[in-house]
Order: sequence, then structure tokens, then C-alpha cells
Amino acid sequence: MIGALLRAATRFLVGGHARWQGCAPSSAQRIYFANHSSHLDTLILWAALPEDLRPTTHPVAAQDYWGKGRLRRHIATKVLNAVLVDRSTRHDPLAPLRAALDRGHSLILFPEGTRSSATEPGRFKGGLHHLARDYPAVELVPVHLTNLARAYPKGAILPAPIVCTASFGAPIALAADETKPAFLERARQAVRTLGDVQ
Amino acid sequence: MNDKMILLLGGVFALLAAASVVGFALSRRKPSETVTNLNARIKAWWAMVAVFALAFLVGKELTIALFALTSFWCLREFLSITPTRPEDHRAVAFAFYLFIPLQYWLIWDGWQSLFAILIPVWAFLLLPVLAVLKGETEDFMARTARIQWALMLCVFCVSHAPALLILHVPGFAGQNFLLLFFLITVVQLSDVLQYVFGKLFGRHKIAPRVSPAKTWEGLIGGGLAATAVGAGLWWITPFAPWQAALMALAIVLAGFAGGLVLSAVKRSLGAKDWGTMIEGHGGALDRMDSVSFAAPVFFHLTNYFFAA
Repeated sequence: MIGALLRAATRFLVGGHARWQGCAPSSAQRIYFANHSSHLDTLILWAALPEDLRPTTHPVAAQDYWGKGRLRRHIATKVLNAVLVDRSTRHDPLAPLRAALDRGHSLILFPEGTRSSATEPGRFKGGLHHLARDYPAVELVPVHLTNLARAYPKGAILPAPIVCTASFGAPIALAADETKPAFLERARQAVRTLGDVQ
Repeated sequence: MNDKMILLLGGVFALLAAASVVGFALSRRKPSETVTNLNARIKAWWAMVAVFALAFLVGKELTIALFALTSFWCLREFLSITPTRPEDHRAVAFAFYLFIPLQYWLIWDGWQSLFAILIPVWAFLLLPVLAVLKGETEDFMARTARIQWALMLCVFCVSHAPALLILHVPGFAGQNFLLLFFLITVVQLSDVLQYVFGKLFGRHKIAPRVSPAKTWEGLIGGGLAATAVGAGLWWITPFAPWQAALMALAIVLAGFAGGLVLSAVKRSLGAKDWGTMIEGHGGALDRMDSVSFAAPVFFHLTNYFFAA
């Protein structure tokens, strides 16, 4: 019920349409990784996925934002099926992600770690590399989210009705002899170039 | 008034039914992309006419609400493909959440003097202030102009169509919906007839880089035909036949100008259609471009020459 309302509101205000450019929707196990500029990112990507993929695809969301307040927490864990990550923990922050992957489920990841207001995605953090190394069978799908920073930038109270799209690119994989920085930069470029072709 | 309106809606339904039959026959005899597009357009017309008829039956409130929603949709399309910056968010949010409801509330309230200046004066002054507080000077003037232009076109101009309902024309009280019918019929018929005449006889392009489909033959043929239909509708208006003809001509010319100008705007933003909302028609703005120019012209001509 909340899910349907949320999806209707998302469609009405900010669209959230998918453009499958480099791959088709598939039930194969995947890690979708995208640029991060707004709290709406999670919602848009979730709404862009076909309905049958949503129950087994988990957005990775920050505990300190999505875990706050009962409604937000309910939406994050029950509607969006999010995996909440504690960004300040000293233990392995990837543990809940690995748990989801071990169950055969897919993830939605924002490797920049925090929202950036620049037009290009910022430097990627190492988590994506660790997961790519430990789960070589999982497809890594780059996603570019367009217009999010204009629709709902940092510090805004209400989202403005500007149509946002999610463009899905061709999957990439960690090469055998690839270093961590080289891989992370290649992943970042895969997201960035998707934003160029509109 | 009810009798006239039922007669008119019956006429429109008959016209659409005839178009549907022709479209169906064409798709059977020689299917082509043009015919498929034509049938998609006819289908969308049915939906739009149904909504219009419903608005008339329910009354002023629903009509105003529908035009407010249309403005919302047009503004969303316009700003989605217009390059603004995250720093403009507050100005954009105010445009949507304050100025659309306020502009249409003023129509409902009948507060004509404020309706006429809300966006050209108050929004014009307020929106750049909201953006400047963010301190980003890059492209500031262009960003401000884009938002103001979008608001003028999609909200201010479009709102002049339902504003016809609040004009006081002596001897015409309670019949203002017919003015709205006159405007929409002439504008949309002019669009369709220009398209048809252009397809049949079009040779000399008016502005090939802006809008390759617009030809002199289409404009003159379709425009005169729409003007003739407008003149023939004089009995539903407060105008004499020759006045109705001139009004229709003004609507045709303004509508043509709107289509041309918005096509140039669209192309300067690198898009072919404004959106994908109405099947076969592109976006909502692809249907409203001519209305946005014709509505204020028709509103003010009627207000100046006929209203009390």
C-alpha cells in the first residue's frame, strides 16, 4: 500500500523511468552501481526496476539517514527492501551486503558513499572492488541517474517536479590483473559516460 | 447554453467518429507509418474531448483544475529538458508549488487584476531572489530567464484559456464556456488542418530548420479553413460573423506563432518532442504550444472589445 503510493508519487513528480541501454532487465544476480546526488536516488532506481525484480533487489542505504524515524525506517526496510549500512562502524561495514549476496539476491550500490553536488560522479570507495573480487559471478551493472541533483538537491525540503531517468549500461567485470584504483576508476567512467549519451 | 453545448459536443463526436472510420479504413487499405500516427492521434483526441466534455458538465472548478494540471505537466516537461542548476531548486519549487496554485486560485476567485500581474511582476521579482541566495553566479542570468520563460509560457499564458470563464461580457452571462470552446476548437482545428493541407499541397517550407513540417500552403490553406469554421461558429459567441472571423484569424496566427517559437525553443534544447505523455502527439507541450500563444491574445482582444 505504502509502496504503491510511493511509486505513484514518484511517477507523478519525478518520473523515474528506466532506459536499458547496455543490458536488459534480468533476474541474474547483479550489483547495480550508480552516481549519488540525492536522497531520491534510492527511490528512483527502485521504481525504475521491473516489479518482479524488486523483492530480490536491495538498495544499500545509510543507517544514519534511512534508519531515522519510524516512517522512514519502515519505508527503507519494508517497502524498498533496503540493506542499512552503518557508515561509522569499526566492524566490516560490508557484512550485511555479503549476507544479501550469499542469499543470491541483487544489490543497488552508491560507491561514492555520500551525495555529491558536482555534475560528475566523485571518487568511488573500495567496497565495490571487494564485492567484485569476492563474488566474481555477480554481474556489475553501471547506472547513471540524471536530473536528481536538480529535482532534490542536498538540503532541499521538497522534491521539485523534474523528470529523472535511470540509464542502465553494459555490465563490467574485474579483470584478472587489474589493480583496485584502476578498477574503481573504470567503474566510475562507466557511470560517467552513460550520462553523456542522452 | 446547454442546448448549444450539447449540439457542439455532438458535432465534435460526429467529427471524431468520422475521422476514426476513415483512419480505420486507411489502416486496412494501405497501412503506413503516417496512418498509424494518424490513428494514434485520433485516439488521443477522443480522450481529450472526453475530458473536455466532463469538465464542461461538472463546471468551472473542474475546468480550472484540469488546466492547472495541464500547466503542471507542461512546466514539468519544459524544466526537465532545460538546463538549470541544483542551486535553482528553490526557485523551481516555488514556481510549481506556489505560483501554479495561486495563479489558478485567482481565476477561481475572479481576481482579474492580480491574475494579470502575478507572474510577470511578482514571480519575476521573487524567483531570482530565491536563486541568488544560493550564491552561484555561473550562468545566473540565463538560468533565471529560463525559469521565468517556462513559467510565463506554461502557467501564465495557458491560464488565459480558463480565465475566459471570468470575463463579464454584457448579454453573455453564464455562457463563457462557449468562449473557451471557441478558442480550443479553432486552435486545435487550425493545427490539424495546417497539417492536412501541408501533407496534401505543401511545397514551400516556411522555416525548414525550425519546423520542417510547416509550409506556406499548409498555413494559408489550413489557416483559412480554420478561420472559416470559426466564422461559422459566430452564433455561439458574442461576436457578429465578421468579428468571429477576425477573432478566429487572430487565434490562427497566434497559434501558428506559438508552434513555431516553441519548436525553436525545443530544438535549441536538443529535443524533438517535449515528452511522451500523449501517444502520437509527443508531450503535453506539443499540444499546448499553439494554445499558449493564442489564449492570451484571444483573452485580451475579447476583454478589450467586448467585456464590461
